[in-house]
Amino acid sequence: MGNKTPLYGKHEALGAKMVDFGGWDMPINYGSQIEEHHAVRFDAGVFDVSHMTTVELHGTEVPGFLDRLLANDFTRLTRPGQAMYSAMLQEDGGVLDDLIVYDTGEPYLMVVNCATREKDLNWMNQVAENFDCTIKERSDLAILAVQGPNALEKVTATISDAQAAAMSELKLFQGTWTEGWFIARTGYTGEKGVEVILPADEAPAFWDRLLEADVAPIGLGARDTLRLEAGMNLYGSDMDETVTPFESNMASTVFMEGRDFIGADALKTRQSDQQLVGLVMPGKGVLRAHYKVFSNGREVGEITSGAFSPTLQQGIALARVSETSADMSVEIRGKQNPVECVEPPFVRHGKQVYKPKEN
Amino acid sequence: MAEFPTDLRYLATHEWAKLEDGVVVVGISDHAQDALGDVVFVELPEIDSTCSAGDEVAVVESVKAASDIYAPVSGTVTEVNSNLEDSPELVNESPFADGWFFKITPDDPSAIDTLLSAADYQVVCEEEH
Repeated sequence: MGNKTPLYGKHEALGAKMVDFGGWDMPINYGSQIEEHHAVRFDAGVFDVSHMTTVELHGTEVPGFLDRLLANDFTRLTRPGQAMYSAMLQEDGGVLDDLIVYDTGEPYLMVVNCATREKDLNWMNQVAENFDCTIKERSDLAILAVQGPNALEKVTATISDAQAAAMSELKLFQGTWTEGWFIARTGYTGEKGVEVILPADEAPAFWDRLLEADVAPIGLGARDTLRLEAGMNLYGSDMDETVTPFESNMASTVFMEGRDFIGADALKTRQSDQQLVGLVMPGKGVLRAHYKVFSNGREVGEITSGAFSPTLQQGIALARVSETSADMSVEIRGKQNPVECVEPPFVRHGKQVYKPKEN
Repeated sequence: MAEFPTDLRYLATHEWAKLEDGVVVVGISDHAQDALGDVVFVELPEIDSTCSAGDEVAVVESVKAASDIYAPVSGTVTEVNSNLEDSPELVNESPFADGWFFKITPDDPSAIDTLLSAADYQVVCEEEH
């Protein structure tokens, strides 16, 4: 048996189909994955993401530590509690993980992936040796993400007046501590919403209040199609230690100028023709990870994440390729299927937004 | 709990088959549709194509995976359920009726008797867990 989140009993009571996810017993769906997907696009849904690793950064030199650790520039943040998405790189420029860090002041708050927990903590502890910075894991906390066009309204009805007031002040990509909970306007779906980090023993009651407010429980299956439609990478599928952020559609999160972060030197010299692009299949069918991608009849790469998009009603994918063109296709069961190469995201706020990629 | 209608025959690969007016109707079981999750696409065989028992003749794609569908008997495909093109969810909603896949005119109508009974197929499903 794997690790269990504080909401494991809630998932079981709802009849969720449970799967192993990075050593955790997590709900893949509570019935129909597609209905869950639509609930988030058109109303509101709640995800238990307590398997993710929350860490606190203590010490007087945390900003300096983060400036060395991360490819994105923590010193550019201007608002208190502002969130920053960044890659953490090896010396050779390969992506160790992607993460969110909040500019809360000490102790700073960071959330990293669960499958990379041990690797991340070892690496951060090693880098922190050169700074007045200590890393403290907060496994006593749960994380619930509430996402969808009606998410903020529904969350407001389930939290205290003080918490609701604090939440209403938040801008997109900003978080704040309020009465022992950290509420942030972040997410992994391309919809409005919040991620709430709270004491594990308070999570089941919050979950119940959300369900009473007609927020739908959403499993990891819909989480994956939602994030893919939103053009967001999944670590371990769309990028890993073998590729750089430039090869992973993450160039906008890398700030090189005047900085000396780990991996920066390698990024300056490492040559590559690889890029992560979006694919849309006009014909019927489903795109899936590891299908081969062709340009002008020549194999140029493979799909890293693929799915049937419930919003667009067609196959969509992220693919790492060495070439794009107007004549691209994906091989499915030995047959070539024409695809359009696009720039992610595919969907934002429930609407199709992708643009054709210029070759 | 999945249903196992006793008037049908089954393959260990989760297809069901039923002889109706000399034609074998084929679909996937309730157990199979539940394991697959939401079905989003079904690739059906060509009408008039011939097949041998055990041939991969169709593909069902769910949110989770692509799975081959095997011919339960040898014969000729005479009809496919074209409703599945626009409504693949019929496979989830009605696996034993509206969600049927295709019909085969069998070379030997008695071949269906060699397939699993509902009770034997249920044992196969239980052993998977």
